Amino acid sequence: MILVWLIVILMVGGVLAWISGKVNRALSRWVALGSVLAVFGLTLYLWLSNPVPVLGSAWLIQFTQPWIPQWGISFSLAIDGLSLLMLLLTFFIGLLAVLISWREIQTKVAFFHFNLLWVLAGITGVFLTMDLFLFYFFWEVMLIPMYFLIGIWGHENRRYAAFKFFIFTQASGLLMLLAILGLYFIHGNQTGVYTFSYFELLNTTLAPEAARLLMFGFLAAFLVKLPVVPFHSWLPDAHSEAPTAGSVILAGLLLKTGAYGLLRFVLPLFPTATVEFAPWAMLLGVIGIIYGAILAFSQTDLKRLVAYTSVSHMGFVILGVFAFNEWALQGVVMQMITHGLSTGALFIIAGFLYERLHTRDIRQMGGFWSTAPKMGVIALIFVMASLGLPGLGNFIAEFLTLVGSWQANNWLTVFATIGLVMATIYSLRIMQKIFFEANHMEQALPDLNAREMLIAIPMVAMILWLGLYPQSVLDTARPSIQEQLQAYTETPLEHEHVAEVAAPETETSVVNDVEWKPSSNFQISTSPNPSTSKASTPLIIKSSN
Amino acid sequence: MTLTDFQHLMPLLILTFAVLVSMLVIAVGRNHKIMYVITAVSFLAAFASLFELRDVGRYTIEPLLVVDGFGVFYIGMMLLAALLISMLSYAYFEQREERKEEYYMLLLLATIGACVLVISKHFASLFLGIEILSVSLYALIAYLRTRERSNEAGIKYLILAAFSSAFLLFGMALVYASTGTMEFAGIAAAIANFTELPLLLLTGFGLMIVGIGFKLSVVPFHMWAPDVYEGAPAPVTAFIATVSKGGVLGVLIRFFMEVDGFRYPTLVLIFTIVAIASMLAGNLLALLQRNVKRILAYSSIAHLGYLLVAFLAGNQMGVEAVTFYLVAYFITTVGAFGVVAMLSDKERDAEQLEDYRALLWRRPWTAAVFTAMLLSLAGIPLTAGFVGKFYILAAGVNTQLWLLVVMLALNSVIGLFYYIRIVAVMFQQPEAEAEIQPRGRLRPSIYVASVGTLTVLALLLVYIGVYPSGLLQIIQGLLVTSTAP
Repeated sequence: MILVWLIVILMVGGVLAWISGKVNRALSRWVALGSVLAVFGLTLYLWLSNPVPVLGSAWLIQFTQPWIPQWGISFSLAIDGLSLLMLLLTFFIGLLAVLISWREIQTKVAFFHFNLLWVLAGITGVFLTMDLFLFYFFWEVMLIPMYFLIGIWGHENRRYAAFKFFIFTQASGLLMLLAILGLYFIHGNQTGVYTFSYFELLNTTLAPEAARLLMFGFLAAFLVKLPVVPFHSWLPDAHSEAPTAGSVILAGLLLKTGAYGLLRFVLPLFPTATVEFAPWAMLLGVIGIIYGAILAFSQTDLKRLVAYTSVSHMGFVILGVFAFNEWALQGVVMQMITHGLSTGALFIIAGFLYERLHTRDIRQMGGFWSTAPKMGVIALIFVMASLGLPGLGNFIAEFLTLVGSWQANNWLTVFATIGLVMATIYSLRIMQKIFFEANHMEQALPDLNAREMLIAIPMVAMILWLGLYPQSVLDTARPSIQEQLQAYTETPLEHEHVAEVAAPETETSVVNDVEWKPSSNFQISTSPNPSTSKASTPLIIKSSN
Repeated sequence: MTLTDFQHLMPLLILTFAVLVSMLVIAVGRNHKIMYVITAVSFLAAFASLFELRDVGRYTIEPLLVVDGFGVFYIGMMLLAALLISMLSYAYFEQREERKEEYYMLLLLATIGACVLVISKHFASLFLGIEILSVSLYALIAYLRTRERSNEAGIKYLILAAFSSAFLLFGMALVYASTGTMEFAGIAAAIANFTELPLLLLTGFGLMIVGIGFKLSVVPFHMWAPDVYEGAPAPVTAFIATVSKGGVLGVLIRFFMEVDGFRYPTLVLIFTIVAIASMLAGNLLALLQRNVKRILAYSSIAHLGYLLVAFLAGNQMGVEAVTFYLVAYFITTVGAFGVVAMLSDKERDAEQLEDYRALLWRRPWTAAVFTAMLLSLAGIPLTAGFVGKFYILAAGVNTQLWLLVVMLALNSVIGLFYYIRIVAVMFQQPEAEAEIQPRGRLRPSIYVASVGTLTVLALLLVYIGVYPSGLLQIIQGLLVTSTAP
């Protein structure tokens, strides 16, 4: 039930925020803050009560309730380490998004918070659902409010950007819907059971040709969302025209839904087709890394610049996903989290600057280090994070990804590493242009105030924590990553001692409609043989600092 | 005819009776409110009488009609749509000076025509139904006769519909000439052994498709739709878009399922081309429009194309998908035109995109309802349109009509452009403070009828979007008896 509550609180909170706006503008901000805090608290509680997921069972909680039984659609939610981490990120970023809009959004405050909370609800749904119909449903639910966020509260060119964002994601989403339907009918014809359940569909055997086509359907949606280079053109527009909260959610969360989709659906559903496609996907990743970096370097609009760094960083994600080993996937999960934080932070700084200067043009900025030292320090930390300085989270992410992808494809990894050098160049350019050089502005630039520090400090703490002690995150993600990779690492040895482990009791009051499914589909050996493969050795990373 | 025959035709008899009563009432004295109440009550009574026919199975009234689950469902759907339209009409016509009482009579008549269509099993009843429907529509479209556009639309519809009827008749004659019967079942038996249609029969079917295509306004027979939609009074437009098309589609499905037209590649090819052309032309032309009624006209052309995709699936699931989508489409279209009708003032309909600028800040609830309707047309989740589109896609994927399915997906994206554009216009910032003031409203009692109807429609839309199982159960329960050939 707790999973349903996460979504319900956000949706109801959204409606309440809208209604309470009629009474008082400030009230809707507090309602929004309260509901995000509530779900954040719930998720945190969930994480802390299962500090180390029991080995052998990746799924912590499941909830299933029939929805449209005629079509085999159920309202099915489940959480494992991966979803848990993504939810923590979602609500953390959501909290920041509410806080940074406190002063920035002054028109139609109530409707803004409604949209904000509904985007978060949609994203939460995407990270939780285990029913493909429901997945598509939430995938679409997060689009509309995002469209409004960009289209109503964005900058000058907002309508164009909102349009483009909507059309790109909708078109690719429909292709995914076709693929989902294809999978549904193939599975139904094989087994006679027509269902959209993820766990059931995992057992579908596909002809290679069909698998390839269906995989491309799913890839269309995820690669556009990620985005991978030929399909990225919506991203710079959407990111730069959105209000700060919108940019933060786009960069921090919406892109991650694409990566999550790759991990959760594409890898386990199409184990053969992905292997065929892997070299091309990795090539696209490398192209993305380098292309994004080059374009980032040549931008003058700060938000556009940061947007292109996202393209570059997301290249690492696709590179890692298609390396098919645990190192790379751990790197991908870390990258999703740290990129969410570091890029989110850079957008927030861009927002702070825009609020003060009403420009995003970095040519007009300069020399702010002396006038706004606090902002300078914060910016420095996140710029360093973005270029992958050891000690900060992004380093761990990129290091792991590269280690993993090296095992899969040496040459492409070499080229990907060039991206790190380029990241250094564009990142230092940001610092150089904004905080050093001569100050052309006559305008006074007030330093960060208490509310802004309240936003910045937790982010700094998080990125440092992820950089210095990523073990807790890696531990949480590990079982589910192994599960996604099961089809790739499967060796007969590993299945000798199969043991079924029931899901841990996190909720004491089990309601009738909650079904407790032991992880029947996934039986992981209780004692993994350390000699079978490199990927199954436990990962312990100690940072150099 | 026996007594049981009459019982099975009860909805039609009630409507016919209502028409006669209306005529007498008008003769005694004109009163808009009384006419309105008679109409609404008779629609309700006709709908209630359908509950008697719930478990009808398949009852034939030789040689013309057949009452079965399929027919009952379609009649019910059209009666409800007509009821909602008459609710919306009251406020719309109350503002206008012209004589408004005959309008309801024509509305009742046109509904009878549509109902006859979906239960006909003979060319004679088919033609009778289509003509009752069309003749009433001629008058309805040109009802506001002082307005130039309205007259133009009426004449246009009259000429084209007469032409299409001629095509239909000629087609029927050719089919009769080669099979010797006008009953659907007889035709099915006569051509059961043909693997390929002979030329004469093919020509007959082709001409009939022209006639039916006009009524459905599918490409290339769609020319009249935008002009008529634009010229007709908004409630009448809603009627043309829903009840009239629903009835014709119903008889098309019945005929095709009966003769199993899906066996013949030529016919399937014709419908495939028509479906693709309708989707593409409808959506692309809608992009160029600035007039909301014309946008909705082109969008309905595209939606008929979507419906044909499920129709072409040609099996039980396809029929269910068509029916489900039709319900969603009815709700959405009536709702959208209801908003147009509600925003219209004495002089003209609210049809320019400009009329909707910053509507969200002037009339938030109206704008919210309109947004919901448009998003449903675009097939966005939480609305009935999404589930309907999903059903159609599922039916298409199931029978592996990949070309059509991909075209549908592509067209949904094109469709998004113009739906979202209207939404964007409504969400724009008001330029001056004066604009925020709502324009003069009608008397509250009249206003309530429209607002209530729109609220019901919006709630239905979301309910079906979130919880479609209920509707699915009804559809599957009623259709299971009738479509098995």
